[in-house]
Amino acid sequence: MTSTILEPLLPPVRVAASPLADADRKPLAKKEVAADHPTWCPGCGDFSVLALYFKLIEKRKLWHEKITTIAGIGCSSRFPYFVQSHGAHFIHGRALPFASGVSLSRPDLHVFVFGGDGDAFSIGGNHFTHTARRNVKMTYVVMDNFVYGLTKKQTSPTSPIGFKSKTDMWGSLDQPINPMKQAIAAGATFVARTTHTNPNHVLQMMEAAMDHDGFGFIECLSECVEFYEGAFDAANPRKGGAFNQVPADHDPTDEFAAYKLADEAFPGRFGIFYKVQRATKNANEAKITKKTQEKFLGQADWQILKKTFDRLK
Amino acid sequence: MSETTLSVPSGGGPTQISSISEAVIRIAGNSQDGIQAIGGFLARLAGRSEQEVMTFMTIPSTISGGPSIFQVRIGSGEVLSAGDEADVLLAFYQHSYEGHVQSVKKGGIILFDSDHVEVNPEWQQTWRHVGVPISSLTVESIGGTARDKGKNLFALGLVAKMFDLNVLKLTKLITERFAGKDESIVKNALLAFNAAYGYSMEGILETFQFVEGKKREGQQVVMNGNESLGYGLIAAGVRFGAGYPITPWSDIMELLRRELPKYGGSFIQCEDEIAAVSMALGAGYAGRVAVTGSSGPGVSLKTEAIGWAVMAEIPLVVVDVQRGGPSTGMPTNVEQSDLNIACFGGHGDSPRVVLAPANVEDCFYTAIEAVNIARDYSVPVILLTDQAIATRIEAFEEPDIEKVCQDISPDLTPVLDHKPYDLSAPNGVTRHVAPGTRIQSGKYPIVTGLEHDELGHPTGSPKLHTQMTAKRRSKLQALAARLPLPKVFGPAEGNVLLVGWGSTQGPVREAVEKARAGGDSVSSLHLKYINPLPNGLETIFSGFNHILVVEINDEGLYGFGQLAALLRARYADPKIRAINKCDGLTFKVREILEGVRVKLAATSPAPLLASNPAAASA
Ligand SMILES: Cc1ncc(C[n+]2csc(CCOP(=O)(O)OP(=O)(O)O)c2C)c(N)n1
Ligand code: SF4
Ligand SMILES: [Mg+2]
Repeated sequence: MTSTILEPLLPPVRVAASPLADADRKPLAKKEVAADHPTWCPGCGDFSVLALYFKLIEKRKLWHEKITTIAGIGCSSRFPYFVQSHGAHFIHGRALPFASGVSLSRPDLHVFVFGGDGDAFSIGGNHFTHTARRNVKMTYVVMDNFVYGLTKKQTSPTSPIGFKSKTDMWGSLDQPINPMKQAIAAGATFVARTTHTNPNHVLQMMEAAMDHDGFGFIECLSECVEFYEGAFDAANPRKGGAFNQVPADHDPTDEFAAYKLADEAFPGRFGIFYKVQRATKNANEAKITKKTQEKFLGQADWQILKKTFDRLK
Repeated sequence: MSETTLSVPSGGGPTQISSISEAVIRIAGNSQDGIQAIGGFLARLAGRSEQEVMTFMTIPSTISGGPSIFQVRIGSGEVLSAGDEADVLLAFYQHSYEGHVQSVKKGGIILFDSDHVEVNPEWQQTWRHVGVPISSLTVESIGGTARDKGKNLFALGLVAKMFDLNVLKLTKLITERFAGKDESIVKNALLAFNAAYGYSMEGILETFQFVEGKKREGQQVVMNGNESLGYGLIAAGVRFGAGYPITPWSDIMELLRRELPKYGGSFIQCEDEIAAVSMALGAGYAGRVAVTGSSGPGVSLKTEAIGWAVMAEIPLVVVDVQRGGPSTGMPTNVEQSDLNIACFGGHGDSPRVVLAPANVEDCFYTAIEAVNIARDYSVPVILLTDQAIATRIEAFEEPDIEKVCQDISPDLTPVLDHKPYDLSAPNGVTRHVAPGTRIQSGKYPIVTGLEHDELGHPTGSPKLHTQMTAKRRSKLQALAARLPLPKVFGPAEGNVLLVGWGSTQGPVREAVEKARAGGDSVSSLHLKYINPLPNGLETIFSGFNHILVVEINDEGLYGFGQLAALLRARYADPKIRAINKCDGLTFKVREILEGVRVKLAATSPAPLLASNPAAASA
């Protein structure tokens, strides 16, 4: 061997803890899952999404270490700091591929991703499409406020035409993205819509998305009280609006019906628009791996590599 | 070829046998003729014999084929480069003949397909021309299907005959190569090969025999740099990767896609390079170093995420198979112009590790090293190779696979407490606990790109930003202190020290040997650790009057290539200067020697180089 390489360092010795066995653990109460106090403006819709995530963790007996909370950049994407779980605050728009890396390499974890409309549909638009079509197992909640919050009121890809922002002082000109249509067309297998002012419904959608074996996508209207006050009053009965659920007879496996439903004028419908079962990317990859490994049963990794090298002689 | 001179016409009479120690054979045709396959067979054969081998090839940039060459240098001694000039040109077409005749040394042999090539009478004075109707004989040998598919095997047969190669071994290689395919394919291949081997060149061309090489201890494996690097990553324990296709990186991702499932892993083709680096980082965060890679344009796209990896201190291996840039540049040519983006690409202060393997064998071991450094220092490591290493085939001693293979599965042992960015950690080295790990204190870590406190929570504290920036820097200073100093090739003191990195190692060393043979005081130093540089290089530099950094990139606005500029910034030593070129081709030994002559002439009234570089390649 002509190459000398640096010897690896010994990993630090871990002082093993001996925590309670899972059977003896109690569901995590809010005070155990709450971390930093949120930096959001008082009244921001994102608070309710966070509160319901805590509820979900408690109700479904999820343990700290089994959940990974991941986000990109934005007000809403600050989410991971507010939760006691393993978490990652990644870069703007790329939370989905990052989360895919976690999901595909660690089937034992629940992967939750939170983010904003700019993060999801503008800078991250490409990743949204491809993560949806790959059907990577994870739960993705987009806190849609129709505006860029963190950078202080620029037009977002979901801003309605005519919305006056710092970058569209005469009113937004471009056709907004319809997240439901976008998701359905991209091949998402679970597509739902909710709003922060209806906590029970938010929790219900989160549970359904989490239970879905695949890419579970929720658009949650979440008001930015600072830069787009009153944006969702039309969906809030307490403000004289109407919370219209997806009709009881809607067939969520009917793609065309779902698309049609997404066409309704604002504030539109709330509930599960579309839900189908399709093999996940995780399952498809695992199948290839399993099938390939069958040919090498009982062989150590080095023996497999040795065989390959024997053919290169 | 040495030990015999080919310029002596052999005339009539029985076939003569000449003994040679090495030969450079250039095969020129179109890519669909299977030029690469001939080269592959020759390289593999040499690996199975007592010869050293090195190849050089061009990949046509058009999809439908087009001109393609493969150059193979086989020698009984150490082979350092693919050779400046060829001894033999095997030309399939007129364009192959006309385009490559100049690459053959005077008196060398032009073996051409007389069905396609019309000889230029003027050139017959300079080179020995041997015509064989390769196309028609191939068709005839296979049974008159009027298709000349198999021409490459016919040509291989001619070369085998000419160099008295081991036919049994070659036949075995051909059979192995087509194993599992239609039986008629093996049959036709052997028919073409045997027909050529039986073709009488009596009286036209003598036979050349390689003198016995040094007996070798271990077995040789034969592969190109991309393969070597891919297998190195597997040996290192990498089980997840993500990428987006781009030449010449694609081969690595295709190999990993095919191979990783055998080891329980997978490789994902992403929508773009940003997704690829992000996905690899997700997997790395999840507990096991993952790989992504690309070539220039894709590496540019990855820079924001690499900066995140520096900030969040997440291990990652990024392969950059350099090609001609900027932008789409010269996709199938070699260049070493990504050193700057590898070391400095991105915003903010973002120290990372950059390693550059020197040859095909080195790709294997450096890949393992990259994985270990990434893990040990929680840092992104960029593996800088280039088109020349990526595609050239070399034989090297089979690694001790059982010994080098390592298991890097994440440790999920519960811990009492954990601070991901502990400022009191020795040398500032972070060791993350992977998700899935229970932390008894109930305080869970966030990995983040925002400046943070020891738990990973955002901070705007001037003090913490200063401390954390120093932490990210000082761990690489600790690494630098552990890096072995490279050995000087040639005497440790003298007049000129050539400094190289990456794929130029072979030609640089050959240049040193040529210069020394001519009585000049020239040594060389090859750097694998580009960032950080190992401590103590200044001591080596102090033993020489001139430090000339040889690299395939432009001399830049201020007259220095990318490594030269880095070394000048680091050592503030005006005797560090540069020898550059950026014609998309590997350095020829002659070009390096000429570069030395020019640089020395510019500083000294008397020529310091006694030997004549022009004659040096003979
Ligand atoms: C590459 C990059 N470009 C731009 C920014 C600046 N930036 C941060 S958040 C953001 C938009 C946030 O909007 P959204 O995703 O809707 O989140 P919100 O704040 O509304 O919750 C922008 C443009 C950035 N951090 N990174
Ligand atoms: S700016 Fe808007 S989105 Fe951001 S925290 Fe304040 S209210 Fe919420
Ligand atoms: Mg927003």
